[in-house]
Amino acid sequence: MAETPILEVTGLKTHFHTPEGVVRAVDGVDFTLMPGRTLGILGESGSGKSVTALSVMRLVADPPGRIVDGRIMFEGRDLLALSPAEMRKIRGGEISMIFQEPMTSLNPVYTLGDQIAEVFQIHEGMNREQAWAGATDMLEQVGIPNPESRVDDYPHQFSGGMRQRAMIAMAIACRSRLLIADEPTTALDVTIQAQILDLLLKLQEDMGMAMMLITHDLGVIAETSDDVVVMYAGEVVERLGIDTLFDDPRHPYTRGLLNSIPRLGEKFTRGKQPLEEIPGTVPNLIDYDPGCPFAARCGQAMARCHTERPPLFKLNPAHYSKCWLSEADAEGRAGVAAAG
Amino acid sequence: MVDTTANGGIEPERQDKQAGRAPIWLLVLRKAWQLRMGVFGFLLLAILVAMALFSPLIATHDPYAQDILARLELPGFLGGTSDHWLGTDQLGRDLYSRIVYGARVSLMIGVSAVVVSAVIGIVLGLLAGYFGGWIDSLVDFSVNAMLAFPFILLAMTLVIILGASAENVILALGISNWPIFARVTRIETRKLREQEYVLAALAQGLGHLRVIFKHIFANLAAPLLVIATVEIARSIIRETFLSFLGLGIQPPTPSWGVMLAEGRAYVLTVWWLSTLPGAAIFLAALGINLVGDALRDLLDPRLRKG
Repeated sequence: MAETPILEVTGLKTHFHTPEGVVRAVDGVDFTLMPGRTLGILGESGSGKSVTALSVMRLVADPPGRIVDGRIMFEGRDLLALSPAEMRKIRGGEISMIFQEPMTSLNPVYTLGDQIAEVFQIHEGMNREQAWAGATDMLEQVGIPNPESRVDDYPHQFSGGMRQRAMIAMAIACRSRLLIADEPTTALDVTIQAQILDLLLKLQEDMGMAMMLITHDLGVIAETSDDVVVMYAGEVVERLGIDTLFDDPRHPYTRGLLNSIPRLGEKFTRGKQPLEEIPGTVPNLIDYDPGCPFAARCGQAMARCHTERPPLFKLNPAHYSKCWLSEADAEGRAGVAAAG
Repeated sequence: MVDTTANGGIEPERQDKQAGRAPIWLLVLRKAWQLRMGVFGFLLLAILVAMALFSPLIATHDPYAQDILARLELPGFLGGTSDHWLGTDQLGRDLYSRIVYGARVSLMIGVSAVVVSAVIGIVLGLLAGYFGGWIDSLVDFSVNAMLAFPFILLAMTLVIILGASAENVILALGISNWPIFARVTRIETRKLREQEYVLAALAQGLGHLRVIFKHIFANLAAPLLVIATVEIARSIIRETFLSFLGLGIQPPTPSWGVMLAEGRAYVLTVWWLSTLPGAAIFLAALGINLVGDALRDLLDPRLRKG
């Protein structure tokens, strides 16, 4: 691949120091994102998806959180080496982020116009009138009707879907080249979800923006992503293209996720087989277990899985799996973290 | 077609929208009308402010002009016949005019003291609550240490050190009272810091100080305004207390506390000399407190929605 990635994360470790011990929320995450593409980050609650995103933005609350290791290269610049002032220019200017809860991610005491205009004023040095016009324009771009009057409204006057549109307007205002969307549709009705995803995809195409989409919803991944990173217990367990995800997933965890989707028209039992579920829950991330973190819940776990942590095996240049079962098919090992 | 009995459908949203567009003073007045005690409070406050702003127009005499021949004149309502309708004091000064000018002193000191303590307390509370860590520990410790002192002792000590004057009373009251603001601001800021819109604002590239003083502070403005109002009333009472003890405003400046102290010697015979300034203090504090209550009701989102 001759093209340089817009975002390259290697060996990222973000730990939280709590009174109970060190929580390894992100513990060795590697992925790359190419310009204009969409990377889906898939995982259940507590798998470290959001902390990964916040680490890229360098917005992990410190204390208690801290990025202890790894590299985050954005267009060839090491984000972890930037000064706070340089990082502020990147945030909202080159990398933007939208959040899960549109109901709470806008400040209730300022109008939408105020909040969007503020981004223009900070990043583009616009005066108030220009910024206000820009805000109106952005609301129009994200499909909010009557933007000229809505720009004066407060967040509580908008529905959830409209607020998420407004958040998107704010995020893309300065034509960021990377948009991080943390569960952007989780809090919305299904019909609104589809509209928001369509909007994101359309804007992405218009602006040539890369997107990092965090979700636990395989449906969302299927509709939007080019590449997928599956996270479990703070680690990347599988990296693969979208087609491979549905055709040939290798990691037992990924397979488990795919098998636990109820299908429309089917009952919760498939014939006589009940809908599969992955037993147990995500392990707590404080006690460090030398084995594979998924071993306790894995139906195919071998003796080795409990004692030795698997490296990230490279199945082909676009498919990596962190599972001993993949060792036989592997071309090699990849990633800095895998060496350990 | 139109449902007139219930606020069903889109009706609440429309009401909400109208409410959001009306100027704030109109909202305040409209709601105040529903809260009659609030109206009474606003009325008292309006009189107080008018007395303070337009003292020369409202007063009938020079508050400093002595008339040795017309000392301790009876007020009109007790059958007095002079042109001093609230009578005169022991130096023959017009009591009514002195009370009017006293409003200026009281309000000026009450408001200034609260401004001093609010600025110190809010800034420290915001920084402590937002950043946590050592600054939080320091502010928290200072607040607790200050609150452990009897307030008036602290203020008296400060005035004694600084010297008795209007500016020093303001400073003393302001410095002694900032923990009230710091405590509330700090706790509220800790809660607000966890709000997603704070994270979202940071993700847009806003700096910490902008987030603190614009986005978090704006969400604190309502409760702080209520506290500030009540604290103005308390500061007025404290000023009269210090002045009564001779540690505040110095004679001959017409301060209600000074007048109270001066009338004390005559309280069994010329009782109105201390009672009338006392009533002024009471009514001023009552009015401001009622306004504070009304503001709390007006600004509380739970009550506003209901």
